[in-house]
Amino acid sequence: MTPLVLTHFTATSCIGRGLRETLGTLHERRTGLAPCKFETVELDTYVGEVAGIDAEPLPDRLANFNCRNNRLAHLGLRQDAFLEAVDESARRWGRRRIGVFLGTSTSGILETELAYRRRDPGTGALPPDFDYRRTHNSFSVADFALALLGLEGPAVVVSSACSSSAKVFGSARRMIEAGLIDAALVGGVDSLCLTTLYGFNSLQLVSHLPCRPFDVARDGISIGEAAAFALLEKVPDSLDPDAVMLLGIGESSDAYHMSSPHPEGRGAQAAMLQALDTAGLQAKDIDYINLHGTGTPSNDNAEARAVAGVLGSEVPGSSTKGATGHALGAAGALEAVICGLALQHGFMPAGLNTTVVDPTLGVNYLLENRRGNIARVMSNSFGFGGSNCTLILGRAG
Amino acid sequence: MRPLSASVKGIGLLGPGLDDWLSGASVLAGTTPYTARATVLPTPVALPAAERRRTGIVVKLALAIGFEAAARAGVNPAELPTVFSSSGGDGINCHEICQTLATGDRQLSPTRFHNSVHNAASGYWSIAAGATPASSVLCAFDATFSAALLEALTQVVVDQTSVMLVAYDSGYPEPLHSVRPIPEAFGVAMVLAPVSGPPTPAAAIISAALTDAPAESMPDARLEVLRAEIPAARGLPLLAKLARRESGRVVIDYLEAQRIAIKVSACG
Repeated sequence: MTPLVLTHFTATSCIGRGLRETLGTLHERRTGLAPCKFETVELDTYVGEVAGIDAEPLPDRLANFNCRNNRLAHLGLRQDAFLEAVDESARRWGRRRIGVFLGTSTSGILETELAYRRRDPGTGALPPDFDYRRTHNSFSVADFALALLGLEGPAVVVSSACSSSAKVFGSARRMIEAGLIDAALVGGVDSLCLTTLYGFNSLQLVSHLPCRPFDVARDGISIGEAAAFALLEKVPDSLDPDAVMLLGIGESSDAYHMSSPHPEGRGAQAAMLQALDTAGLQAKDIDYINLHGTGTPSNDNAEARAVAGVLGSEVPGSSTKGATGHALGAAGALEAVICGLALQHGFMPAGLNTTVVDPTLGVNYLLENRRGNIARVMSNSFGFGGSNCTLILGRAG
Repeated sequence: MRPLSASVKGIGLLGPGLDDWLSGASVLAGTTPYTARATVLPTPVALPAAERRRTGIVVKLALAIGFEAAARAGVNPAELPTVFSSSGGDGINCHEICQTLATGDRQLSPTRFHNSVHNAASGYWSIAAGATPASSVLCAFDATFSAALLEALTQVVVDQTSVMLVAYDSGYPEPLHSVRPIPEAFGVAMVLAPVSGPPTPAAAIISAALTDAPAESMPDARLEVLRAEIPAARGLPLLAKLARRESGRVVIDYLEAQRIAIKVSACG
């Protein structure tokens, strides 16, 4: 594939608002996970909740979009001068020449969950202030971004569970390469809601402790939330050596089971191989892998087999979900941004909460932060329905 | 910009009064009069029995049109990347979850939860068809059909691959129906292939571009209701042109700022 450059990127999650806080928290090896006190949820679990979302009102003209997911999107878009970067790009290319590609799994469904508690006792109707299009619908976060940023290009939401905001890079890449747009706002926004907390709990996939990816005693995920964005553009004639590039992407389907990965990581392996192939790289070219690493026994097992099969057992890797929790549809973009920071700062973040790496997994799992010259990194995102996506990012110089 | 062109190799169709592409095309071409009646959903026999029991309307709908399009195109569905698109997914399942979560006992069924993901139909399709290539799963509210068509066309043009586009919607029960009144289940699937590919029979070659022109409506008032009220049916003017084996230009609905103009060149 023709490489693209991430001219700007930003992330907001439970480990920080914007890049400086995110990097600082990773350096200090602090987890953002805390015992769940979200809404009225009574579950014995840890969550990665972004503090202060409810104190972040939307602009008056966009009040109809008000829901936790769009408030989080708004908070995220205002970090690291990201809005200004999109504005500048829009001036350069034109408002119709920038596409919007965002990933989410549950969008503003929390608003619907709350509205179902306020149904009219007589008719059963939802309250009159409920706005399906601008909160509930999966597209609402992209609709919000279009309205906030005044963009008029092609726009879509990718919603393939936990691979969503990795796969947005693929859709954006194809549309840029086809010449339909010159730049793309890509990213992911997912926010805490009862559907995912009680849903993952029903599948017995939620840990009672902060999640411990790749640990011998791992026993489930910790659910998080995040808003992460990147501005993806064609590579200009000259680039700062610190610039982060999208070099390769692989996408596949397990064709195996709705909520369990293929036990040998068949689809994961196909995605990783395709990412290497599209980047024109070999396994030895990858300096660090940001694992999907959810912390469930079966997910980490399947991913480890795929990693061993494609990269061998030497490449250092970690899952940053011990710090951030699993941000579901925002995980791919959040972890792509963390990979961008890793490339720019020569820094491989340790996997937190894990104390004894499962020896049967055969992965060089980092329990300590590591410094080094990192030129190319791989990031895995796998989801329900057997949807897999692998990104390869690299430094320009 | 590269021309966003593809050969339409096969179509699957299911909706109210539209039982498959063959009989539906005859209605859309104006040869057979339209008879409004509820959408008839076949059992997804390609799924293992355990999975089949867990499927709702949208999965049955998506699988039926996908397999019909693959059969008409004469392609092996296991080998095709897919673009799945729906403006709302499984409305009944969503309602049941919200209803349960609003009660004192919030225990969800695991099947309800995994069926709640927007890519449920894509996941079941990959199992039923044994399809391991990539699947993009999209939503763009009322613009969903055209957003998915653009995604499919960019895959054909940039990655030089055939692709299966599957667009489907079904209604919500109350109280969501009142705030999102989708009247019926409707779906259309298309196998699209690179124009430069081997010269197999194709229904038509389509070529898309963004436009400021307004979207066209359906001359038949009852078909126009389907187009206007079901996002997956926004492509009906294109399907009507394909059904009539006509060449020419058609504009279909997309976002508020832009629509999609499609040049259709009928083959044979």
